[in-house]
Amino acid sequence: MTWLDIGALDDIPRRGARLVKTAHGCVAVFRTHDDRVFALDDRCPHKGGPLSEGIVHGDAVTCPLHGMVIGLGDGLARGADQGAVNTYPARIEAGRILLDAARLIRGHAA
Amino acid sequence: MKRKLVVIGAGMASGRVLEHLLAQDPDGWDITLFNAEPRGNYNRIMLSPVLSGEKSYAEIVTHDDDWYARHNITCRFGESVVRIDRENRIVQSSRGSAPYDKLLIATGSAPFMLPVQGRDLPGVVSYRDLDDTQAMIDAAARPGGKAVVIGGGLLGLEAAAGLKLRGMEVCVIHLMGHLMERQLDPAAGYLLQKDLEARGIKVHCKGSTAAILGRERVEGVLLEDNTGYEADLVCMAIGIRPETRIASDAGLEVARGIVVSDQMVTSDPDILAVGECVEHDGQLFGLVAPLYDQAKVVAATLAGQAAAFQPVQTATKLKVTGVDLFSAGDFAEAPGREDIVFRDPARGIYKRLVIEGDRLIGAVLYGDTADGSWFFGLIKDGTDISAMRDTLIFGPAYQGGTGADPLAAVAALPPEAEICGCNGICKGTILKAIEGGATSLGDIRATTKASASCGTCTGLVEQVLACALGDAFEKPAAQPVCGCTDLTHEDLRRLIKARALKSMPAVMQELGWKTSCGCATCRPALNFYLLADWPLDYQDDAQSRFVNERNHANIQKDGTYSVVPRMWGGMTNPRELRAIADAADKYAIPAVKVTGGQRIDLLGVRKEDLPHIWADLNAAGLVSGHAYSKGLRTVKTCVGSDFCRFGTQDSTGLGIKLEKRLWGSWTPHKVKLAVSGCPRNCAEASCKDIGIICVDSGYEIGVGGAAGMDLKETERLAKTATEQEAIDLTVAFVQLYREHAKYLDRPYKWLAKVGLDWVREQLLDPDIRAALIARFDLSQSIYQHDPWAAHATPGAQAAFAPLADLTREAAE
Repeated sequence: MTWLDIGALDDIPRRGARLVKTAHGCVAVFRTHDDRVFALDDRCPHKGGPLSEGIVHGDAVTCPLHGMVIGLGDGLARGADQGAVNTYPARIEAGRILLDAARLIRGHAA
Repeated sequence: MKRKLVVIGAGMASGRVLEHLLAQDPDGWDITLFNAEPRGNYNRIMLSPVLSGEKSYAEIVTHDDDWYARHNITCRFGESVVRIDRENRIVQSSRGSAPYDKLLIATGSAPFMLPVQGRDLPGVVSYRDLDDTQAMIDAAARPGGKAVVIGGGLLGLEAAAGLKLRGMEVCVIHLMGHLMERQLDPAAGYLLQKDLEARGIKVHCKGSTAAILGRERVEGVLLEDNTGYEADLVCMAIGIRPETRIASDAGLEVARGIVVSDQMVTSDPDILAVGECVEHDGQLFGLVAPLYDQAKVVAATLAGQAAAFQPVQTATKLKVTGVDLFSAGDFAEAPGREDIVFRDPARGIYKRLVIEGDRLIGAVLYGDTADGSWFFGLIKDGTDISAMRDTLIFGPAYQGGTGADPLAAVAALPPEAEICGCNGICKGTILKAIEGGATSLGDIRATTKASASCGTCTGLVEQVLACALGDAFEKPAAQPVCGCTDLTHEDLRRLIKARALKSMPAVMQELGWKTSCGCATCRPALNFYLLADWPLDYQDDAQSRFVNERNHANIQKDGTYSVVPRMWGGMTNPRELRAIADAADKYAIPAVKVTGGQRIDLLGVRKEDLPHIWADLNAAGLVSGHAYSKGLRTVKTCVGSDFCRFGTQDSTGLGIKLEKRLWGSWTPHKVKLAVSGCPRNCAEASCKDIGIICVDSGYEIGVGGAAGMDLKETERLAKTATEQEAIDLTVAFVQLYREHAKYLDRPYKWLAKVGLDWVREQLLDPDIRAALIARFDLSQSIYQHDPWAAHATPGAQAAFAPLADLTREAAE
């Protein structure tokens, strides 16, 4: 697995997210209140809302458009809602955020 | 023949190596020990008690001259090693040299010093060794001295507590949002801060040091936010970095620390390293437990035995007398992990256990750490805790007992058991009230005062009611804020004010939040309540705001934004219109529309363009129209007496004055105003949150109108003769609404709850009105600023752009 350094952990606010643009669309990189990072497609399964702009609480994000709650780790809708978002391997090393390069460049389906 | 071992650095790790080595083979080694400090080995983690005066230096020495002499160790203290000659296996020092068969590097770490102006001034110290400690003790000897400690981690807080005990006035500056963020979650960090503040230590979180000030010696510290603190002593305790220079000069593999194998051997098979200077498997070590494990492995490797270092979980305790704090393992939230949280606000206790599968993997305890080692044992051993899960948080004493049914527990309480701590009401008193006919929480509050103060015992009182009345007791259907709490918005607002809760962790701890960091429902509400009630103390939290308020623009269904410049009272001019047209061209704005509030809306702006279009509009004198905010939106006006043949007053002028006074204020929901110049009401003031209709004899002020989901006509609040009175009443009304309404209630909904009569009573009392206006203006002194101007900086522009762009990376 090749890890791609996409930026510093501190580039993302705690309980916030930033975007990584790829040929297959935007990937939202989240940082939780306790400094974990998660990468998911930036599209809510409900109506395509930008998850990166949602409020991050615990290890979930609430979509800013209509309030669907998505788990950051599994990409699955929480509660009574149905739906799933693609997730990507992400980790932190020495204060830098690393994403799986091949998956990002290939897209999720490959 | 004895083999020659040279050790560089007499610290806790190398001291432990020597003990193991001599125990295994007392005569196998000819040992030479170099140390840059002119003394032998003392227990560095006990420096804090030395600083606070609870211990003396002699008490923390672990290896004295006698010990070295007894074991025939050649001590070369005060002599620093300058070079390792690996080819000839010789260590060269400032005063001579020593040959070795095996070399052990134990140079430890050096304090990290902030690269700010003034760091070299006399009076600026680190907190690392006995010399630092002595410098601090000397500084504290002067009466009335002030100290600033930079760094609110383990070491910094111990330094702060020690200096305080020695009589100094102490302030801790911490870069992060809460103290000890590596060991504690925000809730425990909040309790710790509260405890330290109760001891008279000032704590300034989110404080970034800009410079250390002083001429001859240190005089103060200046922060980036321009706060200044006087200081006779500045202690930097922001971290350590491994001391690796001697190793890298010798060509050994060094990353952040000296790289060692599982056997603690460096890239040279004859050179080992141990302690804070090493890096093992990408990890550095600062706590003592893993260093002792390393020492054991070093001794074994030197003796030719097989051993491998495996880092284990470590637990942290803060060595500040009277502060009980414990953290161990991994307590971050993650998928598949569950939290068990226990809070006892009255006793200042917080416990959080993190469970993954059937195992306990992390624990944070504050206020009561008696079970810390038991939890730590469960973490280290990976014990299956599924059988005791329900009562795990109560510790070992509760294991093996019967399952805890809260109702049964309450039923079992004796009559003299205290239920309401605030009012000293015991269970028996409540039962008597029930016998006397009380059937609801309200009855109990009215007759006994139980749960009528802080409200945290409400659940208990309800359980007593349920026990006594059985099915006859119906729990009131008051809507809690969200799943994180049982409190209603009204209770929450009341408690935030009554108990002076000024931060989100304070609210969550003191009011027993059930989640670690709230949710998308409670956080925006809390953020508003806190900033409305404590404008000077609370720090607005962007991450607890909805997207529109965080990005200062309205998000559209395709993820683009709309931008609306403010036009005071709906007035504009050719220069502004040209700037808007230019911006629409430059950023290829797909749609330009006039809004219902007499403003111009630029729709379809991309997020990364926002700071740039704002900067362009700013340059033309336009500021944010806050068309996205739960705050003042617009003041719609007609042209009034300036142009209109029917106009009775200057409605445009009044509208502009009101907008200039009210803009930028945050309110529970959006607030729209209008001012019409005559009863023909062209500005449609009768369906606004506040609508003023000018008449010949003055100003008729109506409130509580709406033309959205509900259609409501305003109700008359008052009629005033002068414009100034109309402005005063409007401002006071907005502030009363800010202070009392539930988040996301428009004024008409709030008025339906509290009644217009009550509002009128408040506003027409001159003293109350003046106080409301003063509080509004105070809040505006903090919050009335143009977010567009604030985002015209390169840093803010970068934050709105994607973190990385990989669209040009080709697929393989």
